[in-house]
Amino acid sequence: MALLTKKDANLILDPLADNNPITIQVLGICSALAITAELKASVVMALSVIFVLGLGNVVISLIRNIIPSKIRIIVQLIVVATLVIIVDQVLKAFAYELSKTLAVFVGLIITNCIIMGRFEAFALGNGPWRSFLDGIGNALGYGVILIIVGFFRELLGSGTLFGIPVLGNPIEKTGLYSTGYENNGFMIIPPAALIVVGIIIWVQRSRNRALIEEN
Amino acid sequence: MSDKRLTFKKRLHILKHRYRGKKMAPAFNAFHTFLFSPDETTHSGSHVRVVDDLKRTMNTVIMALIPVLLFSFFNTGYQHYSAINGFPENFSVMEHFLTWENFWLGFVQVIPLVIVSYGVGLFIEFIFAVIKGHEVEEGYLVTGMLVPLIVPVDTPLWMLAVAVVFGVVIGKEVFGGTGMNILNPALTIRAFLFFAYPTWMSGDKVWVHGAVERAGTTDAISGETVLGYLAQNGTFDYSVSDMFFGFIPGSVGETSAFLCLLGGLFLIFSKIASWRIMVSAVAGALVMGLVFNGVADAGWIAETSKFYGLMSFDFWKHLIVGGLAFGIVYMATDPVTGAQTNRGKWIYGFLIGFISVMIRVFNPAYPEGVFLAILLMNVFAPTIDHYVIRGNVRRRMKRMKNATIIPRGTAGKEEELKAETV
Repeated sequence: MALLTKKDANLILDPLADNNPITIQVLGICSALAITAELKASVVMALSVIFVLGLGNVVISLIRNIIPSKIRIIVQLIVVATLVIIVDQVLKAFAYELSKTLAVFVGLIITNCIIMGRFEAFALGNGPWRSFLDGIGNALGYGVILIIVGFFRELLGSGTLFGIPVLGNPIEKTGLYSTGYENNGFMIIPPAALIVVGIIIWVQRSRNRALIEEN
Repeated sequence: MSDKRLTFKKRLHILKHRYRGKKMAPAFNAFHTFLFSPDETTHSGSHVRVVDDLKRTMNTVIMALIPVLLFSFFNTGYQHYSAINGFPENFSVMEHFLTWENFWLGFVQVIPLVIVSYGVGLFIEFIFAVIKGHEVEEGYLVTGMLVPLIVPVDTPLWMLAVAVVFGVVIGKEVFGGTGMNILNPALTIRAFLFFAYPTWMSGDKVWVHGAVERAGTTDAISGETVLGYLAQNGTFDYSVSDMFFGFIPGSVGETSAFLCLLGGLFLIFSKIASWRIMVSAVAGALVMGLVFNGVADAGWIAETSKFYGLMSFDFWKHLIVGGLAFGIVYMATDPVTGAQTNRGKWIYGFLIGFISVMIRVFNPAYPEGVFLAILLMNVFAPTIDHYVIRGNVRRRMKRMKNATIIPRGTAGKEEELKAETV
């Protein structure tokens, strides 16, 4: 990659796999459980977090030397709250129905541990460009898991992807449903997301045994 | 027996040594040890040799389940034909219940459930044994028999297969296999089915064979459970003896409280299951039932309330309807997922009975709660044990602190020394 040095590229690539915020650091689980019943909501949530975390990291990084360390949490909260309000307003303006489904969870991006975690751990100690890459990378890692979970939950739970029926019509019994297949109601409820995330963690750690923690 | 002749058993031993260290060895050994005891066991010397191993324990539970399974064949047929032709006027067990017709219909309906449960479950066990390179564990023997008995008779086989895969992998193998699981695998399977396919697990259509197919046609039949009638404040025609002996609709094998009682006694006297858990669970259910009866009698709840039917149901009848008896005898006493300490078992069992009846009454979607109560207490069992042990430690510490130690040989001097510990 000519655009990025190897070190910078790792800032984006690491969180996608071996340092994934959800499966390795186990952060941001709350929203991963709550909104992944539909793929569309997962994608929008992922994009929102990419926007908030990428930009937020840059802002925090730019003002990192002038924030008094005693009130840095408050300052971080103001930055992330501002960005989340922008996201919320944009969603309400252009995707009203979806913003109703996501409802409180867009607002709760503020309390997503990944965001505060990256501000504290990275943006406060690094320059804006590297912070930007780190923010994008972590948000992507979060988004990838969200989309994987959303894909399985929507496919198995509702038989649709992005709201489009892909397995046939469950009421008229066409497609796969004519064989007696039925949607799995378990996949709709949040505990299913916990189990899907658990399976991803399991698969990832058995492929790369170095990730298994000592206890 | 001459040494020259190769018996089947010897051939298997030879094959086993040939396959030792190969990838498929555990799968082969599972079949081998299922038929014969392995040849590594000691034949001489001062060893304690008992037959009471894990496999024997499991077999005892299965023996206790056989009457329940046989009864379920007859009851499946009886409920089906009664729903179609009407219940017999002068019911006699020999004439209307123990008939070949009933048996055959039940056999044809229930045996596929058993085969799918064992087939899929053992297949998963084999895969994990081969991957992990250990011997195939016996843990699925009992689970595989319990699963067909706690589902409605018309459960589609593919659903059961999916649920068994889920239950064995997520409920057991991820924790490390037999003996390491937190939740009872059979109940995990039941809970998965309940949450995944609720239309097949609740309502008035699933408890009698054929009711789902006939729904909406002129031949429609229905088979509401006793609890289902109560949840709708309805009335039912089943007598107390019907409920006790199990001539009522319900999951395949859960209906007969009488056979569960016999099975429970058998398990207690063979010292496989804990009587403490059973007794305290019954006590818990009775106490909760009494509380609800008291609330209903005191008039604190209107007769039109949707909880009235279940609340005013005589407290002791809770024990003979639904899956409470089956759950208490065969599920709550699972030694792996239950409490281990004696005092813990009292608390654990009591809360299972107590919460079961509570969920029964307050669960709006499905008037049954035994499996949920047992799963919940499975989660709390280690915590209960922890505090029981802590309590024991604290009490003994206190006793030791306050103990007066009279040194040997000074008995006459009455010299008392305060123990200086802790």
